[in-house]
Order: sequence, then structure tokens, then C-alpha cells
Amino acid sequence: MSVGDYIRESQIWKSVFRHPAPYDRRNRVVVMLTNFFLHLHPVSIKQNGIALSYTWCMGGITFFLFLVETITGVLLMFYYRPTLEWAFNDILALRDVSTLGVMREVHRWGAHAMVITVWLHMYRVFLTGSYKPPREFNWVIGVILLKFTLLLSFTGYLLPWDQLAIWAITVGSNMARATPVLGHEGPGFQLLNIGGYDLITNASDARFLLLGSKFVGEETLNRFYILHCVAIPLAVAGLIAIHFWRVRKDGGISQPL
Amino acid sequence: MHLDPHPNLTSSVIYGLGFLYLVQVVMNLFWTARCMKAGNHQRLPSVLGGGDVPVAMWWGMYTALLSMVMIAHFTGYRNPEAFSLLLPDWFKGSVDVCVNDPKLFFLISTLIFAGIILLRKTLATDTAGWMLFNAATLFLSLSLTDWDFRQIVGKPDNVPIVGMLFIVGFFTWLFFKKANENDRRIEQGLRPLEAENNEKVLVWPDLVYTELIVMIALTAFLFVWGVLLEAPLEEPASSVKTPNPSKAPWYFLGLQEMLVYYDPWLAGVVFPSTILGGLMALPYIDFNKKGNGYYTFNERKFAISVFLFGFLPLWVGMIVLGTFLRGPNWNMFGIYEYWDVHKLEALNNVNLSEYFWLYGLGMSMPVPDATSSFGAQIATIVWRELPGILVTLGYLLLLPSVMAMTVFRNFAFRMGFFRFMVFANLVLLMAALPAKMVLRWAFNLKYLVAIPEYFINI
Repeated sequence: MSVGDYIRESQIWKSVFRHPAPYDRRNRVVVMLTNFFLHLHPVSIKQNGIALSYTWCMGGITFFLFLVETITGVLLMFYYRPTLEWAFNDILALRDVSTLGVMREVHRWGAHAMVITVWLHMYRVFLTGSYKPPREFNWVIGVILLKFTLLLSFTGYLLPWDQLAIWAITVGSNMARATPVLGHEGPGFQLLNIGGYDLITNASDARFLLLGSKFVGEETLNRFYILHCVAIPLAVAGLIAIHFWRVRKDGGISQPL
Repeated sequence: MHLDPHPNLTSSVIYGLGFLYLVQVVMNLFWTARCMKAGNHQRLPSVLGGGDVPVAMWWGMYTALLSMVMIAHFTGYRNPEAFSLLLPDWFKGSVDVCVNDPKLFFLISTLIFAGIILLRKTLATDTAGWMLFNAATLFLSLSLTDWDFRQIVGKPDNVPIVGMLFIVGFFTWLFFKKANENDRRIEQGLRPLEAENNEKVLVWPDLVYTELIVMIALTAFLFVWGVLLEAPLEEPASSVKTPNPSKAPWYFLGLQEMLVYYDPWLAGVVFPSTILGGLMALPYIDFNKKGNGYYTFNERKFAISVFLFGFLPLWVGMIVLGTFLRGPNWNMFGIYEYWDVHKLEALNNVNLSEYFWLYGLGMSMPVPDATSSFGAQIATIVWRELPGILVTLGYLLLLPSVMAMTVFRNFAFRMGFFRFMVFANLVLLMAALPAKMVLRWAFNLKYLVAIPEYFINI
């Protein structure tokens, strides 16, 4: 008995993998059904549906980049403190001192790549008409995921707390001032008032809600940190689960009817 | 010795470009080999003797030329002053004239979009695609000999955008190649290629191995990218030192560009929400049952043309404009132009109400009386802005009905009233950006409706 066979026959191995190695047809089916990580997939699939020239692989790559961002992001959180005193210096240390400092580069480039791959995934889905019935609602979920991807990138942009970061966020969040009715420089903000006192001021409008302050400051850093590391990733994870579930339930990957 | 603070060429730039040419030599060697294997021949014009020559010969010649350029870079880098492989100034000047003006830039990007659609049969072939790719890489390599071009393209956060342009170009080309093939088949009464030989295969190994390979390749790619290119980190944040220009993150620069033409409440809030809402509404608007699950252009001409117009010139094009061409004071700069803080651009924009009352009727503007009642003030403002209000309402309410009765009769009939109004308004809002651009360029029009009293400027 070879060492490999000895391991595969052991009680430990068999308790982890509840089927023989996927060398024959039966076990290649069984592996898809019993493995948690593979059960997102169907057992069999139309061969033209998985051709790279058809799918461009962009949805899968986007999901993989989300995982890369999660893993590198968790590693970065060990080194980073979201305070005015430490944020910039911690990023500086990641560049110059920390052993795994390249994680910051991987995280940032992965984020840029993820924004692009989401667009390309939507581009492909549009160009193959895959949003058409019965997949309309999954396209809607996809658009929400696009929005969250951009918000993830936007909130992460602030965290290095350098000039690039705060001014990009300042420019981006200044728009919220002009929200109709809810921004203090937006059309119709005067509508919300009690006895002549405006309810919408620069300390209570949509921009204040986003920044937690009248300008991009420490409150903003804290707010964006929590949005970036906890709130939005949780929402995205949930939506991805629904997105994948719906791909399967709406008839799998799109193909000519 | 006088040292140029902005040298077009330095030893390291020349040496680095050598590697870029090396990549081009290698990829064209493969292409030449592919052409030789295919064995296609081309007849020479009679001036040159009229004989048949293999197509591979041309590519071999091009590769040889590239190799010589590469060798020149690897051998001549020590003396950058004597190095003569530079972009000529007349070329830089004429490119800059085309791109440092938003009018021309938008006109050219729209023409490119139209050209892609009209010439799709010619452009979406292997040879044409390869020629375009070579032209783009050659343009990039030659442009990198310019100091100003390197400053803007070499910014760490801008590198992904250059990559994105190549990738979007490639996938657009790939789409048209596959769509052309299917359109030809459909004309012949055949099913699309995706429907042929479409047996089911097992996901293990056919899909999971692909996924594994992609994941490994991508991880390696990200780490190499991370090691080669350091993530940007500027000076520590300072709320008193405003950079000029102040730019949003690159993927929002198309939206920031809209601020030139519309106020923040439209450009920053209403239009972005409309883009997202419109995308969500898309499957419920498109009633065309064809083209589901395969690439085709002819069966979905309208839908694909509108989407491509939104994605290529309006979204990607405006990001390129905002990233590479907007400099200090949000002025336009050519790709080879120095970002001069003191560049002046005359801005002399006029509101429609001013055109109407001051220039049209030769009267003075109606001014709301601060002592009168709230209702009277509103009435005066509405009276003052009536021309613009009528134009805007006509654009969003009347024009859809006109569209329903003329060009989109078929659509209106099949969609029903509500669906058609949503569709028409989304199309009109999408056209609102180019429309305002044209009005600005043609009439220096600032606002159609200018009610700064209540922040309602359109």
C-alpha cells in the first residue's frame, strides 16, 4: 500500500472527504454535491456556457477579487488604526517597515481591478442579452452590487489619510450637499422647516450623515472605516449569495434557448 | 551645464522603453509565425511587379523594424541627448489640438463610437484587431518619450486606467467578432454558434480546473503588479492645502466632468441615481426577446448601440477626459502639454433667461421684490425663467409624445404608455449631457433655468 493510498484510506481523510477521489464519472458528480465549496456549481453544464470567449470569466474574477480584498483587508486591519494620529503613519509603516506591506499594494490594485471587472462583467451580460427573462431580477441585484463595489472603493480611498485621500473624498462627498430637499445647498431644502427654522443645515444634511462632520475629519475616517471594513462587505456578501443563488435558480449560465 | 528640469528622455526612460519594444517584438514574432502557418498571400500592386507575396512577409518586416528600434534603445540609452527616436513636435501639437478641447474630444470619441459600429465587419477581424493593438502599443511607447505624457499616464492610480482602455478595446473587438459570426449564421438560417455542439460536460474537471488556473494566475498577476508599482501615498492630509486640480477617485471622474455642464444637484445626485435606476430598469424596458444567451448585433441594433454610446464615449470617454486631460483650475490640457497653473481660459457663459429678456426683448430682467409676499416672489422668478422652464418641460414631457408618434411608433405601441415614458425619459436624460455640451459650445449657454435663490439651476 502506497503512502498516498494509506492517507486516503485513513479515518481522518475519509471524515473530511466523504467520497473517493474524483477519478471516475460517479465520483466527479459526488464531489460537486458533497463539497461545500463546490456546491455553488451545478454537476454538469453546457460546454459552450463555460467557454472563456463567451463568459470572459469576469463575474468569477470579480468574486475572486472580492475574496482577495477580504483576505488582504483583514491582514491590513492588523496594522492600521483609523485615527488622525495613526492612520497616515500606519500606511507609511506598511510601505517601509512591515513585512507584509505589499498587501497594501495588492489590496489597492485589486480594488481598481475589481471596479473594472465588475464593469466588464456587466458589459458581457448586456452584450449576450443575459439580463432578459428569466434573469431580469438578477441583473437588478447586479446593479446594486455595482453600486456597493464603487462605494467600497470610495470609502477605502479615504483610509490612507493623505492629500490624495481627503481631497478625493471631499470632492466626491461635496455632491451630497446638493441633494434635493436633504442637502443644505440642494433645491427645496427650505421645505423641511418648523416655524421658519430650517431642519436641513450643514450640520444635519445628507453630507453630514455621510461624513459625520461638517468637513472630512476624524469622524469621517471612523465612519468610512466601519463602512469599508464591516457594513458594506457584509451587505455585499449577502447580495453575492443571492446573486449566485439566482444564477442557479434562473436556469444557470445563459445560453441560446 | 544647463539641465532641463523636464527632460523628454533620460537614460532610464530609454532603457525601460527597450523592454516595451521587446514585448512588441516577441508578440509580433508569434503573429508572423501564425501568418506563415496560415499561408495567406497578397498580390502586389502592378507598380511593384504584381507578384504574390506571403502576408507573413509584411509582419516579418514590421517585426524586424521593431527589433532595430529595440536594439537602438538598449544600445543608445547612455546618451539621451543624442537619442533621436522621439515624437516630432508637429505630431504632439496636432494631437494636443484634437484633445485639449472638450468639443473636439467629444466629437472624436463619438466618431470613434460610430466608426466602430459602421465598420464592425472590417474592424472585428483578427488582422484588423492585431493592427489596432499594434497601433495602440506603438502610440503608447512613442508617447512615453514625452515628459508631460509620462507625468499623467505614470501616476500610480492612472496606470489601471491605461490598462482598462486596452481591455475595454479588446472585449469590444471580441464582441463584434463573435456577433458578426452569429449574424452571418442567422442570415443563412442557422442557429447561433453558441447553440452548436452544446453538450453537457461535468463541472469537475471542465470548469473547476479553469477556475483554479484563473485564480492562481490572477494572484500571481496581482503580486507582480504590487511589487512593480508602489501604491500612491502623498503628503499627510491637510485640510488647508487644497490641491489643484482636486479630483474625485478615477471611476467618478465621468460624473465630475458633468459638473462643468450641470449643477451638483443634477450632476452629482440626480444623474448618478438615474444611471443606476436606468440600468435596473433596463430588463423591463427591453421587450426584444431575441439575442438572449448569445452574441449578436443585428438582432438588437438599437439596444446595443445605445448601451455602447453610454459606456464608450460617455462613461469611459469622460473618465479619460477627466483623468488625463483636466489639469489645474479644471482647464483642458493636451496629453503632451505642460500643466501650467496660469493657463487662462475665458469663461463667459450666459443664462437662457438673460438671452431672452436682455438680448431678445431688450428689456431688463424681472427682479423679485424682496418686500412682497412669498407667492409673488415665486411668481416673478417663474416668470423670469419661463422660457427655460418651458424648454425643460417640453424636453421631458412633450418630446416623448412626439417621439411616440414619429421615430419610436413601434416602441410606443409595444411598450404601453408607462413603460414608454420611462424609456423615453431615460434616453432623454442620457442625451441631456451631450445636449447641454452642444448648447454650451454653440451659445455659451450657462443655465436653461437659473434660480440660484433656491439652488434650482438646470
